[in-house]
Amino acid sequence: MPDQTKIIKDGAVVSDEWHLVREETAELPAGPCIVPLARWQAERDTLSARNDIAVWLASDQSPRLLGDDIGKLPLIAVDFPGFADGRGFTYGRELREQHGFTGELRAVGEFMRDQLAYLSRCGFNSFALQNSDLTAALASLKDFSVHYQVSVDNPVPIFRVRAN
Amino acid sequence: MYRYDQYDQQMINERVAQFRDQTQRYLAGEISDAQFLPLRLQNGLYIQRLAPMLRICVPYGTLNAAQMRKLAEVSRKYDKGYAHISTRQNVQLNWPKLEEVPDILADLATVEMHANQTSGNCIRNFTADQFSGVAQDEIEDARPWCEILRQWATFHPEFAFLPRKFKIAICGSERDRAAVAFHDIGLEIIKTAAGETAFKVFVGGGLGRTPVIGALIHDCLPKEHVMSYLDAILRVYNQLGRRDNKFKARIKILVKAMGAEAFKQKVEEEWQAIKDGPMTLTQDAIDHAFSFFQPPAYEAQDAATAQSALDDKCLSDPSFAAWIKHNVVAHKQPGYAAVNLSLKETGVAPGDITAEQMEAVADLCERYGFGELRSTHQQNLVLPDVRKADLYALWQELQTHRMASAVIGTLNDIICCPGGDFCSLANAKSIPVAEAIQRRFDDIDYLYDLGEIELNISGCMNACGHHHIGHIGILGVDKKGQEFYQVSLGGSQSNDAAIGKILGPSFAQDDIPDVVSKILETYVDHRTEEERFLDTYRRVGIEPFKERVYA
Repeated sequence: MPDQTKIIKDGAVVSDEWHLVREETAELPAGPCIVPLARWQAERDTLSARNDIAVWLASDQSPRLLGDDIGKLPLIAVDFPGFADGRGFTYGRELREQHGFTGELRAVGEFMRDQLAYLSRCGFNSFALQNSDLTAALASLKDFSVHYQVSVDNPVPIFRVRAN
Repeated sequence: MYRYDQYDQQMINERVAQFRDQTQRYLAGEISDAQFLPLRLQNGLYIQRLAPMLRICVPYGTLNAAQMRKLAEVSRKYDKGYAHISTRQNVQLNWPKLEEVPDILADLATVEMHANQTSGNCIRNFTADQFSGVAQDEIEDARPWCEILRQWATFHPEFAFLPRKFKIAICGSERDRAAVAFHDIGLEIIKTAAGETAFKVFVGGGLGRTPVIGALIHDCLPKEHVMSYLDAILRVYNQLGRRDNKFKARIKILVKAMGAEAFKQKVEEEWQAIKDGPMTLTQDAIDHAFSFFQPPAYEAQDAATAQSALDDKCLSDPSFAAWIKHNVVAHKQPGYAAVNLSLKETGVAPGDITAEQMEAVADLCERYGFGELRSTHQQNLVLPDVRKADLYALWQELQTHRMASAVIGTLNDIICCPGGDFCSLANAKSIPVAEAIQRRFDDIDYLYDLGEIELNISGCMNACGHHHIGHIGILGVDKKGQEFYQVSLGGSQSNDAAIGKILGPSFAQDDIPDVVSKILETYVDHRTEEERFLDTYRRVGIEPFKERVYA
């Protein structure tokens, strides 16, 4: 059984079918798995033959390490080893804006509810949020209705909106 | 100055609602102390030694009368009726109650003020020359650029959890009054041969534990690219800055470790991916920002008549003459002047201002100007647009409100952090040290004879009092549980940026006035007629000072 049965995805609380495999050498359970980058790199040929394998990136692993695989993966997860480690915010934007990743982009690990709005703006659309009331947490996705900057959800910065 | 439109106001209101909800959840035990920490810090709230401290943002040091009145009201309603001007031009309340902070922020939002990103590991308030828009040596007004970039930095979703805090300053004048070399990013406005605005970009400067002068990584960045270029710098830093050691997490450490050239290369790579994208500034956007900072409706003045009337007044009143000489600054507009209001009264913590003074200043900036004022990193206030013909009347009013000390730029215009009396980071007290120095050197003629001296005091190596860049710097250190003070000489925050050199072993608090006295005597003995303290120090070096002090 997956250790996380409910997640937030596309603005709703849903059941999760993916199993997050933390250990590099663990035996893969049946069904869809999110494996560490090293595992993917080591067993790329076998794993890429399946269509239910995703990869998670540690906070010091840039999405560039996935190379052309980015376009083929159904889901990429970014791990937050602590909520203060903001590297994943950059990875989210890079995946969406520079690598054109259109699959599910999931935050996993120790991020917190009050980061959902910024994570979402950086391109994350699913959240394996721990120790939180997920239904209540949905409200935090909507903390702001206007934004100054360009971001994944807002391709037009406010200075261009004002000019119109 | 910049005024909010519907977007700015909506965002600020939503921010207040967000923090109100977070505070409620924290008080209900739904958010841990550790998780609440970055949330409250990014709303300006510290938990200090005696009480919380709320740091209210004054964007690049610009304020209007309504905002000043609101600050007075807030300081009375939620605090003890005074506030403190910080060395980053912000305003601090020392005694707010945590549960009332959302109400304070809601009150501030009614006058377009907030406490966003005044702390925490995010992009902090932009700082600029307090004389932007009025300085005679101005190349271009820095304020519109500060505003353009303030909006870029506010609630930037990617850069709210950086390895460490991030401070940016912009200078638009020939003389650098924004200390651009000592910021994580410093932008210096220049004009190209074709007359186009561009920026010199310095990165990796800073004070704190490891003081560093920033490295120049772009010598002519076209203005339309400034936002995407900064985004690229932050992106490199967010990915590669150290997160394993808080004391090595600032961008200056990364730039040093990589080397400025390699860092610059990395920024270029990131920049190529986003350059010419939607972050490219349009002329409309630039014009929009500049439209808020057009010169006010100055009255045509007969500059020569105004000046000669002022000269006559000065001849008949030497105290007024001294104030004019030290506290009043030349203005671009003929017949006008900019005026420093001193918040350095002896016996009052440097930069502290009472609610009554705040209200007085609000009135004064309406009657002697256009309803705007500035806060300075020297912890004073500025009335930017005073008619020369009004200076005498203004001076008399300022005396009533105890803001007319003619000590700007002298030894007694001390920059000083709140120190051990308030701050939980401090190793030592700083306010009583400032006061002891002010009391020792209370002879105004001696102060004037000493000329331009910047004396900066920090209560710990976080360097909020900018001790590294004081001509004389004093740093509180902990020596086996005792408060001691290390003295450094020769720092400078201006175009000739320098980090002070440590004089030698540290001193007990009571010895500091004597030590300063000996340093000054050494200067007086060695100086040539035209030399400022810093010039003499640079010519003779630290040895003569050392000999005298440790004799």
